[in-house]
Amino acid sequence: MNQSHCCVIIGASHAGVNLAFALRKEGWQGSIKLIDADPHLPYHRPPLSKGFLTETPVDGREPIEKIQLKPIASYEKNDIELMLGLRVESIDADAQQLTLTNGETLSFTKLVLATGARPFMPPIDGLQDAKNLFPLRTATDVIDIKTALTNGNKNVVIIGGGYIGLETAASLRKLGHQVTVLERESRILARVTSPQLSAFFTELHQQHGVEVLTDKDVVKITTDDKGCNQIPNQIICADGSQFSADIIIVGVGIRVNSELAAAVGLKIEHGGIKVDRSAKTSFDNIYAIGDCSYHFNPYYQRFVRLESVQNAVDQAKIAAQSICGKEAEYNAVPWFWSDQYHVKLQMVGVGTGYTDIIERIERDDNSKRSLWYFKEQQLLGVDAVNHSKAYVLGTRFIKAGIIVNKQKLADTCIDLNAENVTR
Amino acid sequence: MAKITFITSDNEKIEVEGESGSVMELAVENGVEGIDGDCGGVCSCATCHVHVASEDMAKVGPAGEIEQDMLELDDNFNERSRLCCQIEISDDIDGITLNVAH
Repeated sequence: MNQSHCCVIIGASHAGVNLAFALRKEGWQGSIKLIDADPHLPYHRPPLSKGFLTETPVDGREPIEKIQLKPIASYEKNDIELMLGLRVESIDADAQQLTLTNGETLSFTKLVLATGARPFMPPIDGLQDAKNLFPLRTATDVIDIKTALTNGNKNVVIIGGGYIGLETAASLRKLGHQVTVLERESRILARVTSPQLSAFFTELHQQHGVEVLTDKDVVKITTDDKGCNQIPNQIICADGSQFSADIIIVGVGIRVNSELAAAVGLKIEHGGIKVDRSAKTSFDNIYAIGDCSYHFNPYYQRFVRLESVQNAVDQAKIAAQSICGKEAEYNAVPWFWSDQYHVKLQMVGVGTGYTDIIERIERDDNSKRSLWYFKEQQLLGVDAVNHSKAYVLGTRFIKAGIIVNKQKLADTCIDLNAENVTR
Repeated sequence: MAKITFITSDNEKIEVEGESGSVMELAVENGVEGIDGDCGGVCSCATCHVHVASEDMAKVGPAGEIEQDMLELDDNFNERSRLCCQIEISDDIDGITLNVAH
């Protein structure tokens, strides 16, 4: 490796930024270029729907420095070139070159796709013309939402009862706005968790004054922006119900940014860019990490695509090692968190495919609960509500493949600790 | 206002001053090696683990319940462990020394 080598990273969010710094740590001597269409200095995404949304700008300035991933000086110190506000048009894998939409070309010896995903905007009649309709994925989205929220309390309708929608609902209630969540499935969080946890969060949001409505398939939005005191948008569902909204937030899932990869001829499976254990794609000098990667998880013995900070950060470290010529295999246990109101949800593992669930509500403190997902005897995952101990134990058990004694785990007379609930 | 000394695992000594916010934010702003703060400071990732100098333990105080649980995930956990996203900067912690755990 020498200084003429160049690693180009497309995407400067959690995965791309962590990769750039990890490369230096691993001894990469060549140049590092980090490209992203987002003009902001790379920032933490999880606070976007939480603290960044609820915090008021100071002297008209948004508090974006508070959520930056790294200060600008760190990029300079590590000789990482940030190329922000720029888009990649195409990649020529044979020539090891890429072209930006501004016509500039860049050569690379290693290329990393950390392109993430974009919000899916469903094909709802009238959606394009709706007033104050936003996705929530970028800092700009949230700044636009905050602008629309000024001057009094608003009627906000959130389409989609997933984590983004629910975290946003919690933040907007904190700010005093009226919030309605419209979920197309028969329960919120249907795609990502169990009916038990869905029920818990439904009740939590209802207690905080959110109208949570399920089986609401939005088919049409009509917008009349003429009257200045009138609520501009009418949302119409398949069952005929209608909702008025000053602001509409859409959180119905994502689409992976895999177009560049597909155009090069990289293997795409289940919507993600297929990579090996070292995060390398089907092309030798091209890697893919983070939300966009479809990768093997040894704990579950199958390929997964994960949308999480943990996956972005951990995979970035593995890819950096591999790029620097070291042996590296990705074998992290997935984890995830969500903060809503005073509730801290921590999840570890992947519960998909469970055969049974054990739910524990602690006797001494019923705000602490945990859901333990099993496939026969194998512990697949744990969802812990205000219960870090359950989360930590679950993590340990899954990592070490420890068999849990389900009868003891289910008995809340028995204290939750490693000795008590293992054989 | 507090002056805080970080000692990294490479024995690099970094002295910084902070007005407000968390010690983790201060460390990240100053590029302290080994303090990542991957979760942004919500006590969810345990990537801002420090060992408080023994003489400063009283100033900094013990870990909270969630923090304590999270710390136990880490192999380098000891009785002086804290997640520094949970330490607020104030005059009370002026002059402390923190050893970065990783």
